[in-house]
Amino acid sequence: MAKLMDKEEIRRVLSRLSHQILEKDKEVKDLVIVGIQRRGVPLAERISGMIERMEGKKLDTGILDITLYRDDLTQIAHQPIVRNTHIPFPIDNKRVVLIDDVLYTGRTVRAAIDVLIDFGRPRKIELAVLVDRGHRELPIRADFVGKNIPTASEEMVEVKLEEVDGRDEVLLLKRG
Amino acid sequence: MNFKRKDLLGIEDLSKEEILFILETTKSFREILERPIKKVPTLRGRTVVNLFFEVSTRTRMSFELAEKRLNADVLNFSATSSSLAKGETLLDTVKNILAMKVDCFVLRHPVPGTPHLLARELPVPIINAGDGAHEHPTQALLDIYTIQERKKRIEGLKVAIIGDITHSRVARSNIWGLSKLGAEVRVCGPPTLIPPLIEEMGVEIFYLPEDALREVDIVMMLRIQKERQDEGFLPSISEYIEFFSLTEDRLSLAREDVLVMHPGPVNRGVELPARIADGKRSVILDQVVNGVAVRMAVLYLLLAKR
Repeated sequence: MAKLMDKEEIRRVLSRLSHQILEKDKEVKDLVIVGIQRRGVPLAERISGMIERMEGKKLDTGILDITLYRDDLTQIAHQPIVRNTHIPFPIDNKRVVLIDDVLYTGRTVRAAIDVLIDFGRPRKIELAVLVDRGHRELPIRADFVGKNIPTASEEMVEVKLEEVDGRDEVLLLKRG
Repeated sequence: MNFKRKDLLGIEDLSKEEILFILETTKSFREILERPIKKVPTLRGRTVVNLFFEVSTRTRMSFELAEKRLNADVLNFSATSSSLAKGETLLDTVKNILAMKVDCFVLRHPVPGTPHLLARELPVPIINAGDGAHEHPTQALLDIYTIQERKKRIEGLKVAIIGDITHSRVARSNIWGLSKLGAEVRVCGPPTLIPPLIEEMGVEIFYLPEDALREVDIVMMLRIQKERQDEGFLPSISEYIEFFSLTEDRLSLAREDVLVMHPGPVNRGVELPARIADGKRSVILDQVVNGVAVRMAVLYLLLAKR
């Protein structure tokens, strides 16, 4: 097991991601942030808070669960817990930045894009992740990457966050 | 937790944890019904057969809508237009439908235990949509969900179920469910419509709504089955109205924030007057919308796996 990021580094990386999201499209009027359950949610709240402090404007921030859009529901033995989706604002013609902790196969992001499109037609959907570990199975990439971490497929990247796990860190584990 | 059951046959055999898990899952499905596109791809490629051997509007449409919202393919079967009319047995009919590669049966049948028979004989999930006067589990789940949505709890609530208890599968399923979650359940009706030994289900019996309604948080009115009028359970409908209809005076004995529920279809002016059915304490239409969400949750838990 190796520690890839600590609390301070996570904070710095999220701060950089917030700046990059702003820099790319300086108009925040249409910007909304949506976190993917589960650890994308606190990350989305943190990034949203950072942008609010920089711009003095509160962003619409939503929660999205991809369970019902998974492509492997006919292959798993037990259905996963359906967590809540909460996007209580219109996303039509908005710039939506999806937030997740780890980008891996890209299947979660594919499902998340499908969920968003059932809520409306955003002007643009972008993706920001804390860690990109590679091994894509779909033609998907992130617009904003906190840290690129090349991994072997038998390794696992585990993101721990204060709000869910009681501490902030990113670990590299061996599977099994 | 993992929901490991193959079928949903009744509330009696569910644990408290399983009931709470279904209710928790329902929340996520309730939100889908508020979206611009009220449909998710979850059961794409699965086929659900609705087998209804009794007339039903609400329950059948609610199941069908839940199935369609989950993207399942739906087959509707009604007893009158089927080959059962030609003498085929139920099991043969169902096994023939199964041979066409379907994934689940939703069954409403007048004989208690029929869903249990199918569940034993068939490898696919069976959902009981009402078996005689025995159980109607999804109705109880949607009722309990509706109560929890408004009251934020079930434990400690006083619930009065009023009407024809004897013939009511809704009453039985609710008694099981509400008691397991810690509510105090009372039943009330004319003595001819209170079944013997019902107190063994842990309920208190009342013969006058004036007694049953005192300080209750919830009142569930059951439909008076006019088609049973000739069976001698009631002297007349007008006498029933006189003694059991939910008047304003009677309702004023309940807690001020009482919720009025009815599983439908309502006989306006019999179980309760229109003013109460449409009034601010009534959650009758909440029950209907929550019914779709509960059925989506149940279908998801039984079908969204290998």
